[in-house]
Amino acid sequence: MERSEPMDPTGAGGGTREVVIGIEIHVQLLTASKMFCGCPTEFGAPPNTLVCPVCLGLPGSLPVLNRRAVELGLRTAVALGCRVHSRSRFHRKNYYYPDLAKNYQISQYQYAGHPPLATGGVLEIQVGGRPWRVAIRRVHLEEDTARLVHPAGTGGAASSLVDYNRSGVPLMEIVTEPDLRSPGEAREFLNALRRLLQFAEVSSCRMEEGTLRCDANLSLQPPGGPPGVRTEVKNMNSVRAVERALAFEAVRQHEVLARGEVVVQETRHWDERRGVTFASRSKEEAEDYRYFPEPDLVPLDVDGAWVAAIREALPELPAARRDRLIATFGLAAYDADLITATPAMAKFFEETVTLGPHPKVVANWLSGAVAAYLNEHGVEIDQIALTPARLSALLLLVDEGTVSGRTAKDVLVEMIAHDQEPEAVVEARGLQQISDEATLRVVVDKVIADHPGPAAEIRAGKVRALPFLVGQVMRATGGRANPEAANRLLKERLS
Amino acid sequence: MAIDWATVEHVARLARLALTDEERERFVGQLGRILEYCARLDAISIEGVPATSHVLPIVNVLREDLPAPCLSRDEVLAAAPAHEQGFFKVPRVLEAE
Repeated sequence: MERSEPMDPTGAGGGTREVVIGIEIHVQLLTASKMFCGCPTEFGAPPNTLVCPVCLGLPGSLPVLNRRAVELGLRTAVALGCRVHSRSRFHRKNYYYPDLAKNYQISQYQYAGHPPLATGGVLEIQVGGRPWRVAIRRVHLEEDTARLVHPAGTGGAASSLVDYNRSGVPLMEIVTEPDLRSPGEAREFLNALRRLLQFAEVSSCRMEEGTLRCDANLSLQPPGGPPGVRTEVKNMNSVRAVERALAFEAVRQHEVLARGEVVVQETRHWDERRGVTFASRSKEEAEDYRYFPEPDLVPLDVDGAWVAAIREALPELPAARRDRLIATFGLAAYDADLITATPAMAKFFEETVTLGPHPKVVANWLSGAVAAYLNEHGVEIDQIALTPARLSALLLLVDEGTVSGRTAKDVLVEMIAHDQEPEAVVEARGLQQISDEATLRVVVDKVIADHPGPAAEIRAGKVRALPFLVGQVMRATGGRANPEAANRLLKERLS
Repeated sequence: MAIDWATVEHVARLARLALTDEERERFVGQLGRILEYCARLDAISIEGVPATSHVLPIVNVLREDLPAPCLSRDEVLAAAPAHEQGFFKVPRVLEAE
């Protein structure tokens, strides 16, 4: 596959070197219990209340692998077209830091004869309207670490605090090949991967809650030349931050090279507030994790029948969902894309349609007024007080002529803000559409009296002024007049 | 296989052990003798023997994804050398900068 043009990823015209990006993400798997013990995975519990001898690494305790976590890992491998290895093992990654009480993390290391859960997949993304295949290097399972708190101030300065609730929570790591060529592609990849994992019901993938975390490495490669020295960027808390951090890093490396200096291989942290990456304090010694096979866990064997069963039970993935919505409901591509942006939105659409409203009308509302509300407030559709039943009821009010389409948009906002049924909003605020002719005629007569100029033009046969007068009727009624009735009555009066 | 002073120092550092010069000297000798003993295995032909990390003929020991009771926080923190507001309290560690 060829690209139509070389990308200038930085937007800074930073020279002829090509940006090369690889991504490493960790997602929290949707399990009820931890990876190797039965402690619940719920978020936000008081510190150190979701721990047991296993996740505290107490002597004599033994880990036992969570079947559901394996299944979700396999589901991801199948969705990404990876090769699932018939035997994989777990390993200890040894390091001395209080975020793991055992002084090692159980992970799946990769070396000769010891493959991880799965390798060699692909995820297709859109780059400039064309498909681009990003190779997936590996998918493996591991456990999360504890949360560290560093209290500020003189009292707490001498110590750090540790909450082991998160320690042992199931994580899956996905690593790409260095196949991305711009920060924008990295953003597209993350959005596509997040969508895939959400539709596959593998992870909630909420970066702001830490259930999806992303590290990225970036280097600059001269045309036809050897790969450049790469830096790893960490600490990005949104997809937008990943894109910004990579754009910053690309420009920084260009500038380093332009000065005739060399890029140092290092880990850099993104500072969201200042919009820069900075080098972490270099460690006193090189990393030496002394990986070795975890003796407390037996090998994991996955046969073809297990993979087939996983494939059989795979939920409908975003691309298939989108195509089905277009084929079944005749949706426009734009609407179908928007509706399949999240599983919650897709589910909301299909549930609303079963309640009766026309699919295209539902799609218009979701991609219009509802999407506008979600964007404005930075929320997802399953986080607001709108249900398929309520949206359906609102659309029925429009259909019956009880409210105008324009008023309905205000009703929608009120419904969400006050957690109310549409009928209750219309009733409480007196938003019923005015179709009663006697009432409207009074308004029409006043508008004509107030605007003698336009009225005279229409009497003289110049109907161009008619929309202006209809607008005045709408204005005088707070948008509640039935526009068709207003139009007809004005014509009657001015003929 | 001989083991040198620097290797012992490196391993001690990874284990956060502070050794005196006398101890380091002693471990250079002791660890070296252990490695020499293990090196006798090099004499054995292992042609056709696969690398073995687990000797038991058992695979796929899995548990169902069911939440189980946890320890009470009092029990958990009873084992902590120090604690504060429900957290384990450890010497300050720095992240990043």
